[in-house]
Formats: sequence, C-alpha cells, structure tokens
Amino acid sequence: MSGRNFFPSPGDGHVKKDLLGLKYLEKDEINFILERARLYKAAYKEGRSFNPLLKEMTVANLFFEPSTRTRISFEKAAFNLGGRVINFDTGSSSIQKGETLLDTVRTVASLGVEAMVIRHSLAGTSHLAAGEVDIPVINAGDGCHEHPTQALLDLFTIKEIKGATAGLKVLMVGDVLHSRVARSNLWGFKKMGLEVTVVGPFSLLPPGLEERGVTLMKDLDEALKTVDIIYILRLQQERQQKGYIPSLKEYRHLFGITEDRLKRISEKTVIMHPGPVVPGVEIDYPVTRSTRSKIQEQVRNGVFVRMALFELLLGEEVWKNELAP
Amino acid sequence: MSLLLKSALVFNSPGGLLEKKDILIKGGKIFKIAPVLEKKEHENSQVIDAWGKIVAPGLIDLHVHLRQPGEEGKETIKSGCAAAAAGGFTSIACMPNTRPVTDSKMMVERVKEIARREGVVNVYPVGAITKGSLGEELAEMGLMVEGGIKAVSDDGRPVADASMMGLAMEYAKMFNLPLISHCEDPSLALGGVMNQGLTSTRLGLRGIPDTAEAVMVARDIILAQASGSHLHIAHVSCARSVELIEWAKSRGIKVTAEVTPHHLVLTEEEMEEFDADYKMNPPLRSKEDVEALRKALKEGVIDIIATDHAPHSREDKGVEFERAPFGVVGLETALPLILTELVHPGHIKLEEALASLTIKPAEILGLDAGVIREGAEADLTIVDLDKEDKVDREKFYSRGKNTPFQGWKVKGGAYMTIVKGKIVMREGKVYF
Repeated sequence: MSGRNFFPSPGDGHVKKDLLGLKYLEKDEINFILERARLYKAAYKEGRSFNPLLKEMTVANLFFEPSTRTRISFEKAAFNLGGRVINFDTGSSSIQKGETLLDTVRTVASLGVEAMVIRHSLAGTSHLAAGEVDIPVINAGDGCHEHPTQALLDLFTIKEIKGATAGLKVLMVGDVLHSRVARSNLWGFKKMGLEVTVVGPFSLLPPGLEERGVTLMKDLDEALKTVDIIYILRLQQERQQKGYIPSLKEYRHLFGITEDRLKRISEKTVIMHPGPVVPGVEIDYPVTRSTRSKIQEQVRNGVFVRMALFELLLGEEVWKNELAP
Repeated sequence: MSLLLKSALVFNSPGGLLEKKDILIKGGKIFKIAPVLEKKEHENSQVIDAWGKIVAPGLIDLHVHLRQPGEEGKETIKSGCAAAAAGGFTSIACMPNTRPVTDSKMMVERVKEIARREGVVNVYPVGAITKGSLGEELAEMGLMVEGGIKAVSDDGRPVADASMMGLAMEYAKMFNLPLISHCEDPSLALGGVMNQGLTSTRLGLRGIPDTAEAVMVARDIILAQASGSHLHIAHVSCARSVELIEWAKSRGIKVTAEVTPHHLVLTEEEMEEFDADYKMNPPLRSKEDVEALRKALKEGVIDIIATDHAPHSREDKGVEFERAPFGVVGLETALPLILTELVHPGHIKLEEALASLTIKPAEILGLDAGVIREGAEADLTIVDLDKEDKVDREKFYSRGKNTPFQGWKVKGGAYMTIVKGKIVMREGKVYF
C-alpha cells in the first residue's frame, strides 16, 4: 500500500494512502485519530471555528448502498473543514447503464476530487478502488468486511466515557457473521487492549473467532455480569427466513437486551449499537433511551472522528506545523 | 521428415526408470529406441540434442476449459492448445461447460473439428452428463461416444440430484465411460466465494466449507460402489475428501481422483486481499488440507495432477471479488510449479510427478498414450529440470492471464513439446 511520508508516524514510517480497514491501522495511528477527534470535539463544544483544512478540496461520497448516518456524517465532517462534497447516488448514475465499479471510480477520480468515500454491499470494493486511483479512498463499509470509521468512533466513544480503553471488558452480542462493524471492532478492540467476549447464536458466528483471541460464551445473562461495555449488533430480519434463527421471538428471548435484563446490568455498564436500531428485537426501545445507552453519542462523535481522518489523509501541511500531539 | 532425440534420459512408467537413450521418430511414430543409434540409421533426420534433459511421454491434462464455443474472449481452442503446448502438454481433455454445452454428438464433433484444424495438441472433448448440464435429463452419451468422447462430466454444475447421478453411472457403465464429478453440494456452497475458515471470517466473505465437497464425494463414492461405475473425482481440495477416497480405494471401489497444482501449492492464507486471481472453485484451503493433498498424491490416493485451466479476461476478473468468476489458468505454470514446489524440495519424486501427468491420466481416459515405446504415437515432452525462469503472464499463449503465480521464481519446465512427431513448442515458442 502506497502512502505519503509526512507525519512522524508509526509502523513503516508513512501514513497509508487509504483507510480500508482497522486491520491496516497501527495502534499509534488510531490513538492519533482519537486525540485529534477529541480536540475537534472540544473546539466544537466551545464554539470555536475549525481550521479549513479542506478548503478548495472536494470529497466524493460514493454510496452504492443506502445509508443515513454514515453518509451525512462524512458530509458534515468535510463541510466542517471547509471542503465540498459531491454525493453520488447509484439510482441516477451510469451504474444503471451497466458501468463497472472500476470505470465509475476512474471517472469520478478524473473529474478531479481529492478523496473518495465508498460504501458498497460487496466486500473488498474499496480495495479494488484504492488500487485504481491515486487519491485516498476511505472505506465507509464494504459488504460484511469492514466499517473502519464506525470502529474508530466506537473507540472514541469508549475512551471518552471510560477515560481509557486498555483492560476494559466488552461484550459483543449478536450476528457477527454478517457484521462489518463487528469485524472492524474486533481489530480495534484487540489493538487497543480491550478484552472481547462474544455471545450470539452459534449459527451466526463465523469460524475462527477464538483463534482471534475472542472468548465465546453461550449465556447472555452470565456474560452480562462482568462487562464494562455491551456492544449490540444489528439483527437483520431476513436472517430468520434464511434459516439462521428459528424466530425473532426466540432471538429476543436469548440475546435481546430487554428492559428486564437492563435492570440486572451494572449502572456503570455502557450500551452501544452501531445503528440503525430496529427496537424490539436485539434491543428494547426503553433501553435505547436509558442513560446507559450511548447510541446518540456514537452518532455525534462520528463527525469528529471523520474530521480527524480527513485531516490525517488530506491535511498534510497542517500536521507538520502545529498539530503534533 | 524424421526426428532424432539424442542422449535423452527417457522416463517410462511403470518402471519409471531414467535411461539414456536415442529416440528416432518417423512418420509421426516412435520408430526406434536404442542406447545409441548409428549415423546410418538416422540420416536426414533433424537432430535434437537432449543431453541432460528428460524425455517423457507427452503430458496429459484431464481438466481444461477451452471456452470455445461461446466465450472466445476468454480462450479459444487455438489459444488453449497453444498454451497447452507451451506448458508441455500434448493432450488435453476439455470440459463441456461451453456455450452451448457440449452435450451432443454434433457439439463433440464440432469441437474436435476445430481442434483438428487450429489446435497444436490432441483435444479430447468431455461430454456432458446431463443435457445442458442442467441435471434433469441424461445427455446422449452413446451418440457422444461415437463422436469420440472418453469421459462425461457436468463440471462446474454438479449433478445435485442423487438419483440422477446414480442413473448416469448406470448408463455410463454401458460405454465404460468414467464420470468426472465436480463434487460440491450446492446447498452447502451456496453464495460462497472462498474457503470457509479464518480468512473468510476476516474478509467478511461467504465461505464454501470443505464439507460442501466432502458430502458429495461421499455420495458419489457410495453411488459408484453400488453401480460399479468408474468415478473420477475432479480437483480434490481438502483432507476430508482424501479420507473418503482412501476408504473407497481400500474397499476396491472404482474411484480415481485428481488434484490441481494450485491446491498443492497455495493455502487460503496466501491469498492477496480481495485479489480475484486467487478466486477459484474449489477454493484454496488450509495448510492442513494442502499437506493432506500432497501426502495423498505421494501415496497414490490421488492419482493424477490436472490443472482445471480456467481462463477469464481481465475485465471479467476486474470486478468486485464476489462478482468475479471462479477460475485460474494453469496449463503454462503446472509443470514449472510441480517441479519447483514439489519435486525439487523432495515432497514427491520426479517419477511420481511424471506418472501423474502421463500414464495415469491416459489410463483414466483409456487412451493409448502415456508410454514411450516403439510404434507408439510420437507425443513427447522434453523436460529441462534446471532452467530458471519467472512466471510472466504477459508471455502466456492463453488468453487468460488470471494466475496467482505472477512473478514466481520457478526452476524447471518444458523444453520441447512434440505432437505426432512434430515439434509444436521449443523453448517457449509455439509453432502453429
């Protein structure tokens, strides 16, 4: 992976051109993004204006799959830094005429944008794009592979609330098999020293989790006793039709974070969910509104984390001068 | 014109002995083999100095996709045959999953006719088991046998219905036709694009579990046992299948099996991130599977090496991983890889490797080939064990450049390919 050599950075001595997944980020890079995001959030709270790092720059949002929070969050992050955003909508694009992904990506790059954010329903699309264009490519979710900015904002949220990340116990609940958020977070949690336990229907857990250093547990109530963070994964309704689970009712009974269960969870335990939430299955509506739920905070933090990411990938000059951590 | 191969180390099965001999070829046949041929015996012959090289029976690849008719952008019979010659193969069996499917005598004859006109090597079309390879009605095997087929297969679209496979075995027995089975239970493999394991978990790609293969291997072995037909299992990829084949052979069931060079050499862990040139079916498996396959080949549980040469255009492969077609090319890298990765490091003996590419596939297809003897067709491959090279897809004669071995350093390969006494390849150059 090529990259630019500008920042006193970890690993191989340069910041990578793209953000394709948490797998490819060093711990120092993660810390760096979290620290920059913290400063942005502080500035925002104090009502200070941001340095227009993306002035005269255009970011292309290529969303081949529907999204609310991620797309708007990237847009707002670029906007906050003075950049412009072109939104690409598959419905009205040449994709409808059978244009391939690579052709689309080349075309958008040739139009003259400084970075590309890609969301796609198939794994590996941002890899494919990143190999084709010279500008930074940011993976905003590719199939069941990774969703790195989600993992970054989750780490940010955890660090903000708990003050640190290392040594915390996180319990991931649900459909790991189909979750790109889970995959990115497994990398992120491990790199930042969290202890990860997974609970979910065995039919929705991919092979090899234990080899990745994850503890598997069967009983949610047992697992809930000792955790600092509950990370709930979304359950798509179609999993029942596809035969992975017998019914949503049974799923909720065994794996749902219900009001009942909430009562038995420590006050200090934090509840997170990447959204979108469909209340009533993996989580009850009142739980999402409880003080322990940090779901809205996650969404809020996403903007600052993505600003930090833009800065890392595009804001070359500024790094050198004033913003070393 | 006659051809003299001088001072060659001759490999012959089953002895597998390497003896230094002169071979005189006349009229497309092997005319004489002797320790030393006198000058007067080979006057006016073209002399090839084969000193230090090995002359083997022409290599036979039982599993090739030539794509013609229907997908000539990926490969043609002409380009596929050239690739075969470049890789040292003198005979190839081509799978029927063309468009349309090779499921009738007319289609078989058409492929053979094009091959006769444009191909530089021998081509044996494999007929479909069922019409259109749809798994519903038997294809006209009897008529196709008259057209020249040596085996039947629904490669790429395994016969899902067990009773249909059972009927096909009964029917094929009348013609002593081996059934080549691409073993993959469709319900277990559904939607999968790579091995189900640690790497698929990491990449978030849907896996094809090894059980998808093994379940159907077991089914077909039991059907072969019941019918007494000859079952040939294509591209075995995992330890589970090996175990079943070993059991079948111990019971005297008529089962043979093949393995591809890529399954012998690569594991899923070596797959480059989302690189579709590593996407094939069956997929690359685990390290344990590769070890089991090597052992099975060495012990004869797996009989032969076949490439499953599956060319695709760059455009076809240059899409999202899940949308990319399965398959890698193999004809031009098979021998160098086998020599470099298996023979030179001592995993298998040279004689074992060559037998698995010559006499054994000939026996499976019932061809009068795979041995060097006087009077036989002069299909020969001269192997240079020491030539160092680098795999370069741009030099392939195949239209398909989809190889995971680009840039690999190799030692050894085909020096010359002779088909019916005619030099069709010399030092990498194919003569059409």
